[in-house]
Amino acid sequence: MAEFFEMPQASPTMEVGTVLSWKKAEGDTLAPQDVLAEVETDKAAMEIEVFDSAVLVKILAQEGEQVPAGQPIAILGSSADEDISDLMRQFEAIKSKPASSTPTAEPAATPEPITAQQPTPASTAPTETGLAPFTWQGKAIDDAIMEMPTFSVALPTATPGAAPIPAGKVRSSPAARAAARAKGVNLGTVIGTGPRGRVTRADVLRHAAGVAPAPASAPAPAPAPRAVPLPTPNPGDEVVPNTNMRKTIAKRLKAAYSDAPVFFLTRQFDCDTMVAFRNGLKAEGKRVSYNDIVLAACGRALRDVPDVNAAWADDSIIKRAAVDIGMAVALPGGLITPVIREADKKSLEDIATDTRALAVKAKDGKLAPNEYTGSTFTISNLGMKGIEQFTAILNPPEACILAVGAMAEEPVIKDGSVTVGWRMKVTLTCDHRVVDGALGADFLDAVRQYIEDPSKLGG
Amino acid sequence: MTQLQALPDKSSLPAPNAEELTHLYREMLLIRRVEELAAKAYTQRKILGFCHLYIGQESVAVGAAVSTMDDYWMTAYREHGQAMAKGVSPRSIMAEMFGKATGSSSGQGGSMHLFDKEKKFMGGYGIVGGHVPLATGVAWAAKQRKEGRVCVCFFGDGAANQGAFFEALCLAQLFKLPVVFICENNFYAMGTPLHRQSAVTDMSLRALGVGMVREQFEGFDVELVRDRVAAASEFARAGNGPVLLEIVTYRHRGHSMSDPAKYRPDGELDEKKKSDPLAITKARLIDDFGVSEEVIQTIHDDIEKEAQDAWQFAHDSPEPDPSTLYDYTYAPQEA
Amino acid sequence: MAMIQIREALRQAMQEEMRKDESIFLMGEEVAQYNGAYKVSQGMLEEFGEDRIVDTPIAENGFAGLGVGAAMAGMRPIIEFMTWNFSLVAFDQVINSASKIYQMSGGQYSIPIVFRGPNGLAENLGSQHSTSVDSLYAHFPGLKVVTYATAYDAKGLLKAAIRDPNPVVFLESEMTYGIKGEVPDEEYVIPLGKADIKRPGKDVTLITWGKQLFNVQKAAEQLASQGVDAEIVDLRSLRPLDHETIFNSVVKTGRAVVIHEGFLFAGVGAEITARIQEACFDILQAPVLRVANRDVPQPYTTNLEKLVVPSPERILQAVQQVMER
Repeated sequence: MAEFFEMPQASPTMEVGTVLSWKKAEGDTLAPQDVLAEVETDKAAMEIEVFDSAVLVKILAQEGEQVPAGQPIAILGSSADEDISDLMRQFEAIKSKPASSTPTAEPAATPEPITAQQPTPASTAPTETGLAPFTWQGKAIDDAIMEMPTFSVALPTATPGAAPIPAGKVRSSPAARAAARAKGVNLGTVIGTGPRGRVTRADVLRHAAGVAPAPASAPAPAPAPRAVPLPTPNPGDEVVPNTNMRKTIAKRLKAAYSDAPVFFLTRQFDCDTMVAFRNGLKAEGKRVSYNDIVLAACGRALRDVPDVNAAWADDSIIKRAAVDIGMAVALPGGLITPVIREADKKSLEDIATDTRALAVKAKDGKLAPNEYTGSTFTISNLGMKGIEQFTAILNPPEACILAVGAMAEEPVIKDGSVTVGWRMKVTLTCDHRVVDGALGADFLDAVRQYIEDPSKLGG
Repeated sequence: MTQLQALPDKSSLPAPNAEELTHLYREMLLIRRVEELAAKAYTQRKILGFCHLYIGQESVAVGAAVSTMDDYWMTAYREHGQAMAKGVSPRSIMAEMFGKATGSSSGQGGSMHLFDKEKKFMGGYGIVGGHVPLATGVAWAAKQRKEGRVCVCFFGDGAANQGAFFEALCLAQLFKLPVVFICENNFYAMGTPLHRQSAVTDMSLRALGVGMVREQFEGFDVELVRDRVAAASEFARAGNGPVLLEIVTYRHRGHSMSDPAKYRPDGELDEKKKSDPLAITKARLIDDFGVSEEVIQTIHDDIEKEAQDAWQFAHDSPEPDPSTLYDYTYAPQEA
Repeated sequence: MAMIQIREALRQAMQEEMRKDESIFLMGEEVAQYNGAYKVSQGMLEEFGEDRIVDTPIAENGFAGLGVGAAMAGMRPIIEFMTWNFSLVAFDQVINSASKIYQMSGGQYSIPIVFRGPNGLAENLGSQHSTSVDSLYAHFPGLKVVTYATAYDAKGLLKAAIRDPNPVVFLESEMTYGIKGEVPDEEYVIPLGKADIKRPGKDVTLITWGKQLFNVQKAAEQLASQGVDAEIVDLRSLRPLDHETIFNSVVKTGRAVVIHEGFLFAGVGAEITARIQEACFDILQAPVLRVANRDVPQPYTTNLEKLVVPSPERILQAVQQVMER
């Protein structure tokens, strides 16, 4: 029974072979392992063997001809005059077919435009937390096979107006949580539009900007952005609606607290000289408070170390030309910071006059806006309340704020022995984006020099 | 120097008669023909990966099977001939090589990993020399259970340099295990001739290091193999401990189908073909037993049918079902 | 209940199984006449005889392969490596033979073998005697990999391993053979693939296995005094892995630290971490951290060795990082 002998594929990369020479002639009898021809592949010349007893009935490829792997190069049969007309017809058909064995390069499919991920409403959150072992084509697999099983976590999803989801139970991602921290957003109140209702980073940013998530089909629920988890009043509690001042304080200090990366530098000043100096002024009938001296000292120090007198402006730092120091004044129901202008240049007595006047206006609620805005540095003094040291929150957009503690007599070491001295602690809060530790320390040292020798303040 | 035991000059088997020798010829021819078809299938990429042919070595497996049909066999990867000699069907072997679900290992193993538990053909291993310690374990079990069986362990001259091989000899002799180690020395370890692989070319000498009985002989004549393996298996079966036989043979083809064997000196193959086991036994049948050419031809025709049938069976069989992918990693817990 | 050493718990497991099934035998260096290099097999030669408690020459590849062959032929060998460091000589037999024969034979031959011996850190033994082989063997499908910390777990798991029809890598520790623990008088078996919560908690999940459990327990006590309530998951099985216990714990706490011997790189801790982040991504409050050996071959001297290995201090540091983020 005659059959084709095809060009063998000698290697995985071989596509065509060239017949170099026939080792047998038509009509020859072949035994298994006889070499039929020598063929050149993409790698080397090799001998092609037959593995059957047969007669070489017809040679179909000439020496030098290139034949694709798998295409017939000869017909083997049981006798030299066997009828091979059928096979020859097949062979002609094979040869006349367009080269289907050589793959034509397909035109590269035009890539689909990547559309922005449309947020979808959270509808696929699992109702149960559980493990589904890995299965394969419907069969349970031995649990020693370490393919990844499926595990779903049932977690609550935020809905507008509902109580926020407790921390640790929000379905979110590290990116979303980082964004929430940066923006001061409570993750538990954000509507999630990611897979299984996951809160994505985009969700957080939208929430922070007050933008409702755009659903694919359902109408957008109106989310009410909440800043903090709300307590509820118990019987007997008094609910005090927030004044504008309270609201402003809350808003600005919250922003300062979350935005700026801060650090604190504390320094203790030797106030003996300052006490003597002030007592001297008092004897001359000049009304100057310790706070005035501290403020004047800061004013001069800001001139000496001007880089502290600055503000973070996201893509830049603004170095202020003016030295305008805000002074925190306590009011019933809040605080306000009237500004002492040109605290670097004004004389100590002028500063004292300003602070007295502004304090009275502040307490009477008669400060004009230009009197309590535009400071470049702020001082907060709780010394009169007995506070020995505290850290103040930045007054945005200022880079620094100085917290002044109480001045008191303390046992101190002078010349190797214990004695009594006046001491006061101040703490400088710095926005690390603008001021680093060394700079802050330099500023405090500059302040120290004026406080420990107020004669340097000048007139 | 202790005088080591030697095998008796002759085994207990009587010389074969015409019927038995004809049967042996038939078995060798079956191996030859199936291997040739395997080569053809490989060139047609119906068999993939590695394919190591036994052509030229048929007398070793067929001769060894005579006295050990009910014993355990283990071998390396040049194993199609050994599997057939042990009674594994050509259909099951060819289907396994074609990677079909009807193969002896359900398509999981391929040419190098034939296993047939019913026939006590225990594989089929790809790590040169790595399986030899396994054979000592099979023999351990046979001895513990007083089965009266031996484990015949085939390997090549290349394997006799592996540490695992030495450790196995050491354990087998120490524990007096019923193992018949058969080194088929075809004088090439892959592409390297033996004298460049080993300082001695009689690999059976390694047995001396552990005090094991050993013998080296040429294996081109199936009758000699039949007798010597019988002697060795009788020795081991009687509880005398293991035996290392080195049977000198020759493979007519390269190490595997990917190896054109150009490292052979010119003329060597032609010279060796004069010792073709099929030719030797055929001559014996015709010259000494008066078997006619027609009978020989009938055998060839029968074998051709059987070999082609194996091919067709493999060709027609289905591939393994993808749903069985994970079925062969862990044995299920016993109830 | 009895208070017994871990070595005795292991011995009881083997004795109980061997009394019931004659096809089980123990083979390895010094297991018989020496009564075991670490005295785990003490007295067993006397009870079971030299055909079932078998001393071998120092030929790990040989006798590990012998075990696999005997398993193929229907016996249930227990092959002892004097330490798992030496198993590397027999790596070919454990991986290429034991883990693969069931598959290569199309399911005809299963390998009901247990390879056991002490693994990982000992003290001042140098790098070649301090290898932790956990991840080397856990990598391969076809094997099961099991370990213990306590006497109770040791006995129950070894019995299960012996009964399993698959090859089991059973990791012990020479440093803890003498530790005592409570073991019930009645028979019990711990199924492979189940972790154990050694300490329930709600703030952070500490995942470990083997004798590092004791370091983790010390760390957990300190954490408790700092107000951090740690949950300790003792895996016991590396393959199969108890995903359910791990994931449920991490869902509860939102934070996890994995503590193990052996090196960080490509250790089993890395695999567990990858699985946790895949399954519990939405709920993780912090990245999963790991504490393992520092990336050096084990030094000999004590002060350096102490730096290399996990310790309660290093575990506390990792937990601190995880709590802060």
